[in-house]
Amino acid sequence: MIHFDNVSKRYPGGHTGLSNVSFRIEAEEMVFLTGHSGAGKSTLLKMIGLLERSSGGQVHVNGRNLTRLKKRQIPYHRREVGMIFQDHRLLHDRTVFDNVALPLVVSGLGHKEIGRRVRAALDKVGLLHRERAAPVTLSGGEQQRVGIARAVVSKPPLLLADEPTGNLDPELSREIMELFIQFNQVGVTLLIASHDIALINRLNKRILTLSAGELIGDSRAETADAR
Amino acid sequence: MPVKNRLLTAPKIWLQRHAQVALASLGRLVGNHLSSLMTCSVIGIALALPVGLHVMLSNFQSISGAWDSGASISLFLKQKVSDEEAGSLAEKLRLHQRIETVQLVTRDSALKEFQRLSGYAEALEALDNNPLPALLIVQPKADYTTAETAQQLVRELRLLPEADIVQLDLQWVRRLQAITVIAQRAVVVLAALLGMAVLLIVGNTIRLEIQNRRTEIEITKLIGATNAFIRRPFLYTGFWYGLFGGIIAWLLVALSITLLSGPIANLATLYQSAFDLSSLDPYTVLALLLGSATLGLVGSWLAVGRHLSAIEPS
Repeated sequence: MIHFDNVSKRYPGGHTGLSNVSFRIEAEEMVFLTGHSGAGKSTLLKMIGLLERSSGGQVHVNGRNLTRLKKRQIPYHRREVGMIFQDHRLLHDRTVFDNVALPLVVSGLGHKEIGRRVRAALDKVGLLHRERAAPVTLSGGEQQRVGIARAVVSKPPLLLADEPTGNLDPELSREIMELFIQFNQVGVTLLIASHDIALINRLNKRILTLSAGELIGDSRAETADAR
Repeated sequence: MPVKNRLLTAPKIWLQRHAQVALASLGRLVGNHLSSLMTCSVIGIALALPVGLHVMLSNFQSISGAWDSGASISLFLKQKVSDEEAGSLAEKLRLHQRIETVQLVTRDSALKEFQRLSGYAEALEALDNNPLPALLIVQPKADYTTAETAQQLVRELRLLPEADIVQLDLQWVRRLQAITVIAQRAVVVLAALLGMAVLLIVGNTIRLEIQNRRTEIEITKLIGATNAFIRRPFLYTGFWYGLFGGIIAWLLVALSITLLSGPIANLATLYQSAFDLSSLDPYTVLALLLGSATLGLVGSWLAVGRHLSAIEPS
């Protein structure tokens, strides 16, 4: 599903985002990405969603070579990648329903189909009763769940989450992780960046560790070595 | 089957989507009615100026045009030619192949008219004989009203033994027409300049709007919106600005014409003319509205093309 081959990212001015990162994530895996702030977690996720381009190496996502993707094809790639952010990135002048409907409106779905799918997604995250609410009237945890509903509403095969529990208390964080596990169980591939080591370790999933732009640890590789 | 279904419903959804975006951008304009009204008014005033001048000019042309087609030749006969002789000359000229009509103003009727109009009635009565010559007003046939052919006819008429003075009063009409052409050109130049001003106004308004909605654009791009999708509401906004600007221009011109028509009718009666100021005809109105909407669309297109691609999510 995701294949990084010797990927580097250098910013103008000499700062290095990633250097020679290689790994492979298969379909239906659920993988965590950890590391200190500035280690390159966000940069890596942004490359998968094509918010940034690599300066060296090859990135393949869902059978697509992103290094060679033309600019006008980017929107169609992004429709297959659900993205969840720490700051939710909701539109505050629209209702919860309209926020979640946005990816479907963008891909040109009919009115009825949109209504059906949005309600299903909101039901999944437990916010069906708040569909007419404005995002600002919701708590942080609820806003994050709206963000998740928006990411999954178009049923993308891949979900990316950048610090999805960054601002939430442990109880809410656990609920959000539960949701992710449920998505994974129905076949969605997930890559979640988080520095909440305690939470991640409890879930017993594959963990990629970044430090200063380099991949310094892959728990699956380690267990394979241990065998 | 689902593919076929999608193919069938896609155009319908596309239309629905357009109608929705058009209404949404209209709603947004109505929402900030004060600033929208100001922008539309600026556009309206800018457009009203050339349109108003155009209407004035075409009114003027409709008057001066009537003068030109009525170009006739005044043939003043010599003093000694009597009314009877003038009458037979008129009969003769009516048979001329280049002449449409000949109107005879006899010496008597010329005197009466002069008495009536000049107010020198008593002074004229003191004269022993009529000092006025007979006059033949010769109207050339339609094919011979151009300056050259009419001039030819004038030369021919001058050779008549009865002729004294032959006048073709076209020179001043021609000068007036030359001035009208210049004025027309000036209106076109003015319209082009103000059209550019409208492009800049709409472009700048849309640029500000794009800046205000930066976050929204970023998020929509993040979700996989194409540039066309993001561009659409801004293009509709520009279209509405242009259209409402055009409507305001229309109202302003119509109002000005209403205000002017009273005094102009007054002036016309002083010239013994039944001239009536004609208002905007439907074609001009249609051209105005189409033109202004197009200007709005193009203006927003220019702004969107420049500024939208600069916004990328990060």
